[in-house]
Amino acid sequence: MSNKKKKKLTPVQQQYHSFSKAREPQRPVLLNVVRAFLAGGTICLLGQFIQDFFLWNFNFTEKTAGDPTVAVLILLSVILTASGVYDHIAQWSGAGTAVPVTGFANSIASAAIEHRSEGFVLGVGASMFQLAGSVIVFGVFAAFVVALIKTTLALLGGS
Amino acid sequence: MLRGRQTWVFPNRPTIISTATVGGPFEAEGPLAEDFDLLHGDLWLGQDSYEKAEKKMLEVACEMAVQKAGLQKQDIQFFLSGDLMNQIISSSFTARTLAVPYLGLYGACSSSMESLTLGSLIVDSGSGNYVLCGTSSHNAAAEKQYRYPTEYGSQKPPTAQWTVTGAGVALLGSKGEGPKVTSATIGRVVDMGVTDPFNMGSAMAPAAVDTITAHFRDLRISPRDYDLIATGDLGRVGHRIAVDLLKKHGLEIPEDRFTDCGILIYNQDQPVVLAGGSGCGCSATVAYGHILNRMKKGELKKVLIVATGALLSPLSYQQKESIPCIAHAVSIEYDH
Repeated sequence: MSNKKKKKLTPVQQQYHSFSKAREPQRPVLLNVVRAFLAGGTICLLGQFIQDFFLWNFNFTEKTAGDPTVAVLILLSVILTASGVYDHIAQWSGAGTAVPVTGFANSIASAAIEHRSEGFVLGVGASMFQLAGSVIVFGVFAAFVVALIKTTLALLGGS
Repeated sequence: MLRGRQTWVFPNRPTIISTATVGGPFEAEGPLAEDFDLLHGDLWLGQDSYEKAEKKMLEVACEMAVQKAGLQKQDIQFFLSGDLMNQIISSSFTARTLAVPYLGLYGACSSSMESLTLGSLIVDSGSGNYVLCGTSSHNAAAEKQYRYPTEYGSQKPPTAQWTVTGAGVALLGSKGEGPKVTSATIGRVVDMGVTDPFNMGSAMAPAAVDTITAHFRDLRISPRDYDLIATGDLGRVGHRIAVDLLKKHGLEIPEDRFTDCGILIYNQDQPVVLAGGSGCGCSATVAYGHILNRMKKGELKKVLIVATGALLSPLSYQQKESIPCIAHAVSIEYDH
């Protein structure tokens, strides 16, 4: 907890925070980092195999092979989510499965499955992006800002 | 009858004439599986939504409790119930099926003992002969409402708890055979500024300690008067904090007499449960199933159930509010 937040607490609450912190199990950060590295690395390695598969067997360039590769990874992630396996893998691997595109696909698929009981319009359609929505909003906005900077630099005589 | 500041003593000793507990697949894998009246292998219970599945569990538990007592639905005067769903739909929809005069309660996971306390008050005062007190929770329905979609892959910290899928119902009567409710302590809301909903144990422990100390102060008794004191759903993290906090307050409870329903209900090697069980169904199923069964076997004579509740909402958490917590204690005695 940050110091700013702590200042709002009464002395009794602050005392309790240090009392309880001493008795709580900590997140195993080092272990989580190693697991995230292994899981994330495995997913990327798998992606590389899929990309090579498209490069060798079909008429793709290194640039265009990216799209079908991502599509296959998304499909795999959605299948694992729908069969109820993905969340167990994620509990083990943490950021390893959350950061790659598989995590993004999982956040959309899981929300869509979860809200199927409220119907297609008010449930699936309306709730599908409850987690992914902020990624899309801020992702698009960040891309816009970067594009704006790049264009401005180009106009000012950059390459 | 008021004793001390916040404790009711019930001189007419309302009787728990029957109980019924229903559990889900994870509870079936736990060490207390034998103590459930009915276990379901499927989270859906043949319904088309988790919310409906929770309602179904509570309905079945109510029916079973009434049936076990050899009564009819019409014999029940009041139904008191609460749950975790928005607008307590599980309880209200069950009341619709039961068609019994109903009071809906909300005390988060403390609803189990809140309903038992108020039910005992009704029976003790002669305002009703048969009162049904129930509560339920469903893991997936609670996750959906309070946290993320069930299949969403997020990593939970070791302090997180697992919401119990279960419903527990107790039928109180003014006379008859069975365990007696002798006193109850109503808790205050305690907020120690904990904001992490994945750390409910340490948020709720101070509320449990506050109610336990109030109970012993009001009744002028000591923890040694009880064979077992069980908190509702502090889990392993909250239980450890509660033990040390009580010690700090000069109230030492012998280790073998102090436990937590959230620890009892699952095996430690069930990986998904992390720090233990939580939810309304946790204290209700363990108290009305396991603990009362032990009392009936004569292993325990006097127990104190302290159901703990975290009174947060998903909105209050998003608005960075801390978690207010509460605990209600009910004393149950059984003389053979």
